[in-house]
Amino acid sequence: MQLQRSKWKAFSEGLIEWTIRVSGISAVVFVFAIFIFVFWEGKGLLFSDDFSISELLTSEKWDPTHTPPSYGAARIILGTFSVALVAMIITVPFSLGGAVFISEFCGPRLKEILKVVIELLAAIPSVVWGFIGLKITSVYMKELGADAGVSLLNGAIILALMSMPIIVSISEDALNAVPDSYREAAIGLGVTKWQMVYRVLLPGAKNGLLAAVLLGMGRVVGETMAVLMATGNADNNPFSSDAPFLDLLVSVKTMTATIAKEMGDTVNGGDHYQVLFLLGVLLFSITFIVNLTAHLVIHGVKRK
Amino acid sequence: MSAQREHAIVTEDLSLWYGDFQALDGVSTRIRDGVITGLIGPSGCGKTTFLRCLNRVNERYGNVRTEGMIDILGKNIYDDDVSLIELRKSVGMVFQRPNPLPISVYENVVFGLRIHKRRSELSKSVLDQAVEEALGEVRLWADLKDRLHDKETDLQLEQQQKLCIARLLPLKPDVILMDEPCSALDVEATTAVEELMRSLAGQYTIVIVTHNMAQARRISDDCIFMLLGNIVEQDRTEDLFLNPKNEKTADYIEGRYG
Repeated sequence: MQLQRSKWKAFSEGLIEWTIRVSGISAVVFVFAIFIFVFWEGKGLLFSDDFSISELLTSEKWDPTHTPPSYGAARIILGTFSVALVAMIITVPFSLGGAVFISEFCGPRLKEILKVVIELLAAIPSVVWGFIGLKITSVYMKELGADAGVSLLNGAIILALMSMPIIVSISEDALNAVPDSYREAAIGLGVTKWQMVYRVLLPGAKNGLLAAVLLGMGRVVGETMAVLMATGNADNNPFSSDAPFLDLLVSVKTMTATIAKEMGDTVNGGDHYQVLFLLGVLLFSITFIVNLTAHLVIHGVKRK
Repeated sequence: MSAQREHAIVTEDLSLWYGDFQALDGVSTRIRDGVITGLIGPSGCGKTTFLRCLNRVNERYGNVRTEGMIDILGKNIYDDDVSLIELRKSVGMVFQRPNPLPISVYENVVFGLRIHKRRSELSKSVLDQAVEEALGEVRLWADLKDRLHDKETDLQLEQQQKLCIARLLPLKPDVILMDEPCSALDVEATTAVEELMRSLAGQYTIVIVTHNMAQARRISDDCIFMLLGNIVEQDRTEDLFLNPKNEKTADYIEGRYG
């Protein structure tokens, strides 16, 4: 019997192992590299004397091309959060309801069809969603009273549709992961279908569902093209108007749309250029926190 | 509840198919009220299927077709106007693996009350009393009275299985079905659960599926031997084991196959 393994085998196995290891680590390296790059491009302004971070976060005056320029991104940040919030309010009930329906109520054939259709929804390019927002949903917004049609609510509806596939498919996985023995226990005690959903499935899958919602939120916060086209990108504060809390029909700016729209007009390395990168850092931090929370929540499931 | 009726469960010509596969073939039997009836037979003989017909949990899989009649406490449970929810309330089930829900001990016990009663009927004192009674009846109260709000996963398997029995009791079921309730338990836990079953007999009609012939002999009053989707022999347990009338029964209980 030949117990000695050949040199070539030892070498090739080592090579494969290292290739896999490098590909794994590269993901981490890229994430940090991107963060450092974005930060580096904006750091000159961040540490300069004419610039204050509190002005960026709290001032409502965004006028980067004026002399002297004003870099107050409060409206942009509020715009980002309000669009994301409204989008989540719209999408979460529908997405969770859809996931419950697909996983528990519909027959196997309909289930396959729905899963394929929902995946197709995820494959629509965001600029096409932008068209829909610009040309179709905005018509109804005009009827509701939005001057230009494109508005906060319009953008939120488009984002709600865009984030639905990811929330539905992850939620459905979470519901499928609820042990069947729980369902049998509950059926054996005589639950109705609705009681099964809210007393057994939703509590049983709550971590997975929360993670699905947070990942959907990451998508909503980071989306650019569709939101630029659907919200109208006008510099308004959705909170300071006649509407009781939030004016849904006003056109707003988001951080992503602002960066995409204005980056082309800046001087490379100039203040305007740098402030857009700082917005990028802020955005990156927000999506990072959202995703990290999602990860910790999922991880909590595994540890149990 | 049941005013001195002799039989809690009567089935007539009960047949069941999973798709094209026939699992039960015209089962007719009478199960006495207030005693423990054991269902024995080799794997695949249809005993678990039969048990799961008795509260119609079988039907959660779409491809099941049933014919015939099951009369439980005077009502054919396959009538169109039967409420599955009420049926499962009066015919409780204990499963092979303990399957407490992922909530506290307390909530597990009152789960049935919460789903069957209006919220206004469930004051804290009603719930507390139900928990104490049910856990007392399954002899868990002393062990768990200080741990009512612990997660069910912190319990030993024996306690979990007893908890699964306890959660049926607040609903005052007439029949308790048990599908190999001890197969996941060790010897001592099995003894404890068997003692519990004996103490519940009389109050409840218990039907238990078991692979373990010695267990059937120890705890059941009546015994049904099934083979290939049908009943071969049914008798008082001691008669069935001591004087089996059918050759196949004799072969099975002597361990010639199974």
